[in-house]
Amino acid sequence: MADWEVVVGLEIHAELLTKSKVFCGCSTEFGAAPNSQVCPVCLGLPGSLPLLNKRAVELAIKAGLALQCRINQFSMFDRKQYFYPDLTKAYQISQDGLPLCSGGYVELLVEDTVRRIGINRVHLEEEAGKSIHAGEDIMSAAYSLLDYNRAGIGLIEIVTEPDIRSPEEARLFLEKLRLLLQYTEVSDCKMEEGSLRCDANISLRPRGSSAFGVKTEIKNLNSFRAVQRALEFEVERQKALLEAGEAVLPETRHWDEAQGMTFSMRSKEEAADYRYFPDPNLYPLKVDPSWVEAVRAELPELPDARRDRFMDEYGLSLYAAEVLTSSRDLADYFEECLAEVKDPKLVSNWVMGEVQRWLKAHGLEAASSPVRPKDLAGLLGLIQQNAVSNIVAKDVLEEMFTTGKPAEVIVEEKGWKQISDDESLEAMILEVLEANPGPVADVKAGKAKAIGFLVGQVMKASKGKANPQKVNELIRQRLQV
Amino acid sequence: MQFNEMTIHELRRLLRAGEVSSQEVLEAVLARIDEVEGEIGAYLALCREEAFAQAQRADEMLSKGDASPLCGIPISLKDNFTTAGVRTTCASRLLENYIPPFDAAAAARLKEAGAVLVGKTNLDEFGLGSSTENSQFHCTRNPWDLSRVPGGSSGGSAAAVAAGEAVAALGTDTGGSIRQPAAFCGIVGLKPTYGLVSRYGVVAAADSLDHVGPMTRDVRDAALMLQAIAGWDPKDPTSARQDVPHYEAALTGNVKGLVVGLPRELMGDALDAEVKEAVFGAANLLESLGARVEEVSLPNVEYAMSAFYIIISAEVSSNLARFDGVRYGYRAAEAEDTVSMFIKTREALGQEAKRRILMGTYFLQAGNYDAYYLKALKVRTLIKEDFEKAFQRCHVMISPTTPTAAFSFGHKTATPISMYKSDIYTCTANLAGIPALTVPCGYTQGGLPIGLQFMGKPFEESTILRIGHAYEQHAGLPVRRPEMEVKANG
Repeated sequence: MADWEVVVGLEIHAELLTKSKVFCGCSTEFGAAPNSQVCPVCLGLPGSLPLLNKRAVELAIKAGLALQCRINQFSMFDRKQYFYPDLTKAYQISQDGLPLCSGGYVELLVEDTVRRIGINRVHLEEEAGKSIHAGEDIMSAAYSLLDYNRAGIGLIEIVTEPDIRSPEEARLFLEKLRLLLQYTEVSDCKMEEGSLRCDANISLRPRGSSAFGVKTEIKNLNSFRAVQRALEFEVERQKALLEAGEAVLPETRHWDEAQGMTFSMRSKEEAADYRYFPDPNLYPLKVDPSWVEAVRAELPELPDARRDRFMDEYGLSLYAAEVLTSSRDLADYFEECLAEVKDPKLVSNWVMGEVQRWLKAHGLEAASSPVRPKDLAGLLGLIQQNAVSNIVAKDVLEEMFTTGKPAEVIVEEKGWKQISDDESLEAMILEVLEANPGPVADVKAGKAKAIGFLVGQVMKASKGKANPQKVNELIRQRLQV
Repeated sequence: MQFNEMTIHELRRLLRAGEVSSQEVLEAVLARIDEVEGEIGAYLALCREEAFAQAQRADEMLSKGDASPLCGIPISLKDNFTTAGVRTTCASRLLENYIPPFDAAAAARLKEAGAVLVGKTNLDEFGLGSSTENSQFHCTRNPWDLSRVPGGSSGGSAAAVAAGEAVAALGTDTGGSIRQPAAFCGIVGLKPTYGLVSRYGVVAAADSLDHVGPMTRDVRDAALMLQAIAGWDPKDPTSARQDVPHYEAALTGNVKGLVVGLPRELMGDALDAEVKEAVFGAANLLESLGARVEEVSLPNVEYAMSAFYIIISAEVSSNLARFDGVRYGYRAAEAEDTVSMFIKTREALGQEAKRRILMGTYFLQAGNYDAYYLKALKVRTLIKEDFEKAFQRCHVMISPTTPTAAFSFGHKTATPISMYKSDIYTCTANLAGIPALTVPCGYTQGGLPIGLQFMGKPFEESTILRIGHAYEQHAGLPVRRPEMEVKANG
């Protein structure tokens, strides 16, 4: 059996986070009443003309910079022509021959090695409207409903080089891409709202071969998981064909999420000729270097750079740095808290541990956490002062999330202040030692492990409020070990 | 003379002096319409009630001393300018009942200036044609000879102005659609520089070639109309940020020292003998007024018509695709599914529109793009360069506007190429984007008007208006009005 190499390239559409559409002033807000955010331009009414949204160009440049692309000083808008009811002008304004950005890359960490995925281009285009068919599809539907609120929202299309080598790598790439676009506030990348969409091209070739195999294109991928699953299915399907000596047909295939299979939609020979030509209404777009520099100045620290800095500056592990920079909000949350507490280990443990756990359980992001970084810093400060134990602190945090009260108030109200004074602890320790002669004997016999049991008993007796280090210390003193 | 037959500047004087009211002028125009519209067929829609309301407002403005020269002047618009609340059909069944929600920029500027909109005029469907015979509603007749076409595609506007059914009109010009009908109907027509007048609200035939311009009784009126509509419009992405000069002030009557180029390629064999004679006569007159006439060359102009029809067809095929029956306009009944709805709806397009769509689709196909469309763009660039070079030697150029005077109905409809050749002298200015003006320069023996074309450098409308005006003042053409009743009966 041949050893097959998987070759994948992705085409991603991301809606731009501009307030207004790319060629008119209509709002881009999601979820408005159908056809309430439309005007003559985005409806393609006769006599209307497109006006390019400058901010959309800037966001596309931002995306290009985040993806290490060259920003072309001269690019063109073209008409991509086809008939569909949700396409109001029967053409989409896009960029064909001369895109705004070309030739970039994204770096992925795959099993501890850095993989570089090439970006062929990033270009600017407009969204179509949304069709809802009363039936299986447009041809069999009794009728179709059309909502043009989405028509004319600015999009970027990102096309990768065929550099991706596994379905998992495709998913990792998409996660990284989403991170970059969210970091730079180019797109919110919500697949469930359709603001990020992906088509995948895949082929196989014998490992070592430099020629590409016949590829198929997969559509209807509604989640990153679907991308990976669909590609996994397609790898097996193509492999089976090739190993049986049959040909892979160049075609577009539809991913059926429920059945976990791809189905042929149409062959590439039947593919439409879009008759691209330069849109005579839009002059070539000139972007001079000073504009690019102004946009570059808007860029935040990008996730890779931030991860590296977290490792260098705070001494975090690669794993912790990756997790904390996996969203801009989370990294901001971490750094805001760190600014007050100044203990990177402590802060990272709490943010990655208890805070993330609670947020995930409640479906929230760091940005919308009811416990703000300052609040968390208040709690961690109490830990640093030995005012609460780690165990109690977890309960305090839970209370903070549910009541919104500051840590100090909760500790005070609940009487959870850690007991560290020798007198109170001595009394509890004496009781515990008397009640557990066996373990005491073990300790004296040199079984250091038994100390832990005794400390645990004291903690239990104090309802978690005793300072465990102190208790440990005092037991050792008393038993003279 | 009747008020409806006067020029804008004559009426301006009378209106300001209070010797006539806007409402009286409008009444005269409407009376004329009632009298001859049955013969001419210039209009697709009349706006009587709105017009009276506008005339009343104009009279109020005039009584307060409003200085706009167009205040109270009854004008008409070609029916491919969108008008808020007023049906805009483009002479197509696809838009038979389409009422736009907004005014075209040029229409809005005329309204602001106090002009009174009489109605919407006939055209070849979507502006595709040179005789107005491609209107899907009715033909328009040439007031000079009712058996002949008024030219096109702005044939309704030209006929309305020539027949006294409007004082002035707006047309659009994609390859000669203002100038050719103006020449056929014996009036003045101006296609300004690309970008000088906003295209916002003009239903596009071909965006890179479409221009908006005035159709008037004389050159001074053209200057006044242009003044009102010219200037940057933020709603048109191809609008030029260009200062607008005072055009009427340019009409000095003095052409001494102007060098007039006569492009030898535009005086070729296709030219009718009477037209040729009229153009040479005009050249002589201009020399006698102190201009110097020199032969110049536009070597690539012989490819202009081919390039022009490739580009216009390509853009038309794209622009007319949106009329699919989904959102507005005509939708074919009883379609089985969406695709058959598209197809059946679009069967309602006229022959010429279909022809252009098919040609344009062909030229833009993946395997044909380079050989046709791209090559046509290259020719377009060469023609622009030809003009730039020639304009280093002269200030303006003159040529015939059309190869012949108005032709008869049905004369060219059977052979599209012969119809396309009507644009042979005009379409070059659309390719180059330069301003071009047609002024009457004589009559054929059969009494049909002949047009003389003046072409200028980009944004030098003042220069062609100045020389056109000087020519008009000294040409000494017998003042003739079309006498259609006589012709109709004879």
